[in-house]
Amino acid sequence: MSEDICKDYYSMPDERGHFGIYGGKFVAETLMGPIEELREAYEKVKKDKAFQAAFDKDLADYVGRPSPLYHAERWSRELGGAQIYLKREDLNHTGAHKINNTIGQGLLAKYMGKTRIIAETGAGQHGVASATVAARFGMECIVYMGEEDVKRQAPNVYRMKLLGAKVVPVTSGSRTLKDALNEAMRDWVTNIDNTFYIIGTVAGPHPYPAMVRDFQTVIGREAKRQILEQAGRLPDALVACVGGGSNAIGLFHPFLADEDVKIYGVEGGGDGIDTEKHAAPLCAGTPGVLHGNRTYLMEDKNGQIIETHCISAGLDYPGVGPEHAWLKDCGRANYVAITDKEALAAFHEVTLTEGIIPALESSHALAYGAKLAKTMDKDKIIIINLSGRGDKDINTIAEIEGIEL
Amino acid sequence: MSRLHACFEALKAANKTALVPFVTAGDPHPSITVNLMHDMVKAGASVLELGVPFSDPMAEGPVIQLACERALKHNVSLTDVLDMVKAFRTQDAQTPIVLMGYTNPVEVMGYKKFASAAADAGVDGLILVDLPPEEGAELISQLKANEIDMIYLLAPTSTDERIAFICEQASGFVYYVSLKGVTGSANLDVGSVIEKVNQIRTHTAIPVGVGFGIRDAQSAAQVAAVADAVVVGSAIVNRIAENVGDPEKISQQVCELLVSMRKAMDK
Repeated sequence: MSEDICKDYYSMPDERGHFGIYGGKFVAETLMGPIEELREAYEKVKKDKAFQAAFDKDLADYVGRPSPLYHAERWSRELGGAQIYLKREDLNHTGAHKINNTIGQGLLAKYMGKTRIIAETGAGQHGVASATVAARFGMECIVYMGEEDVKRQAPNVYRMKLLGAKVVPVTSGSRTLKDALNEAMRDWVTNIDNTFYIIGTVAGPHPYPAMVRDFQTVIGREAKRQILEQAGRLPDALVACVGGGSNAIGLFHPFLADEDVKIYGVEGGGDGIDTEKHAAPLCAGTPGVLHGNRTYLMEDKNGQIIETHCISAGLDYPGVGPEHAWLKDCGRANYVAITDKEALAAFHEVTLTEGIIPALESSHALAYGAKLAKTMDKDKIIIINLSGRGDKDINTIAEIEGIEL
Repeated sequence: MSRLHACFEALKAANKTALVPFVTAGDPHPSITVNLMHDMVKAGASVLELGVPFSDPMAEGPVIQLACERALKHNVSLTDVLDMVKAFRTQDAQTPIVLMGYTNPVEVMGYKKFASAAADAGVDGLILVDLPPEEGAELISQLKANEIDMIYLLAPTSTDERIAFICEQASGFVYYVSLKGVTGSANLDVGSVIEKVNQIRTHTAIPVGVGFGIRDAQSAAQVAAVADAVVVGSAIVNRIAENVGDPEKISQQVCELLVSMRKAMDK
């Protein structure tokens, strides 16, 4: 990719919704009108002070922001390398970063006069966060979830139901997150008049990747301010897990122009990226078109999307946000993979040394952060995005380890 | 003159509407598709729409989703679909063939390679559900160079401005998606279809096809009264799904449906 395009990290997407060759609006004609309507509404509220004030107020009083930046001193000492700071998105209301985005899109849905919310979910965190705002705004809420994930994430399914949402198990295709997204798109195309589709990550057709990013960059803006307060300087590296990539872009984006800050996105390596069982399109995939945008995909030589494998449902997705694809090609961010085994080990390590039970998704970032810390001096600083809490995963982990709860 | 153009001209001269059946290539088995294509022509099909199987068919209802899954069980690729067209062409040089599918298989093959391979095989038109003209410039220029028509979809949500924009670049025919929803939905509203088709005609002289929700002779006849082409998908694929193990019965039932539609449309 030409250096020109990569020079200004804040110039993307362009007005057609492209990040270099990635992104765009690859949707059926029926949705072209609705996504244009959404883009126009979003452009308006971006400049609307009252809207932004309502968003900030909800993030403070309802979500509980700012989330702390926590110096994991004991874990850093045991690793013997760089100082690790954890951005505690796990302490948000509903237990993950997902709520930042659903508050934003929920307010936008209200602004647009929509009465019905639909969402797709993998791990269930985005489903819970969507059901939460729907409950609060008194909107109907339908959450599409792959049948496999419904089984893997039973506690979150029940939480969504308690919040008044209808959870629809998706039985087509591989019955995971990608199929839930297909089904949500099908619902949207059928019910566009009254329905707002809250996409949970920085993927989908324009303006979703930019809009979701904007709602999530509160993570990076806070982290930047907090590390300057606590350490008096910018970090040397940022680490976040990447499924679709919303928590990662939220942390990375405010640091993109700070070229000395190294950036690492961590994909779900499953059994290893040299096997066929993983979920790492940026590390081992190729560009293609899926779910409304051009990006790196897990696909076969015929352009069929292949099934992904990852211990964490939230990373089990064959695509990735187009801005990550662009940052990879520009060389601004590095994308790496962590296997199921490594993530599990980090899960236990952080739980035991810091008393924090991380989500399996976030455990991928923790595992890579630990590897990285060991290669760095003790006066170096790494911020790892602890994107969610692990309560939802305890059944999965117990099962893997042969423990009956 | 292109096959599509010649076909619509001939129908127009005979005061008839085109009947366009859709099947997913390779459903339920790659070995039956070419024969089924010939049978459908004999039963009154004017143009054949051949679905390119895709793992994530976002605009399809359950009927065509399952058709894709059945075809993909046999790993039916875009190359295989082009081979089927080539085989069909050895016996039928006339009936236009339109491929319908999603962008990714075409993108992965490469636009240039696809366009020339499709032209060699005897493909006349292409519908890519998730490729609006805004994203299609590169592919369109390759198709043009190979004299393949890019057929665009119009929807109930398309504004007058957008209809004008799309009609400006359309060739072959434009395809009006008659309802807000996925393929195979039930709620076809004939009144609003007539209104929208008339609106489209104020912007273009090229033929207007209508699809989504046409399931029987009666709805085919109602739509034929206003459209230049009637596209039938899920109703046909349903008959395939009900007779997966029996190619003869598939052909028989699909042809029965087409004959009844053709008859009702010609009344």
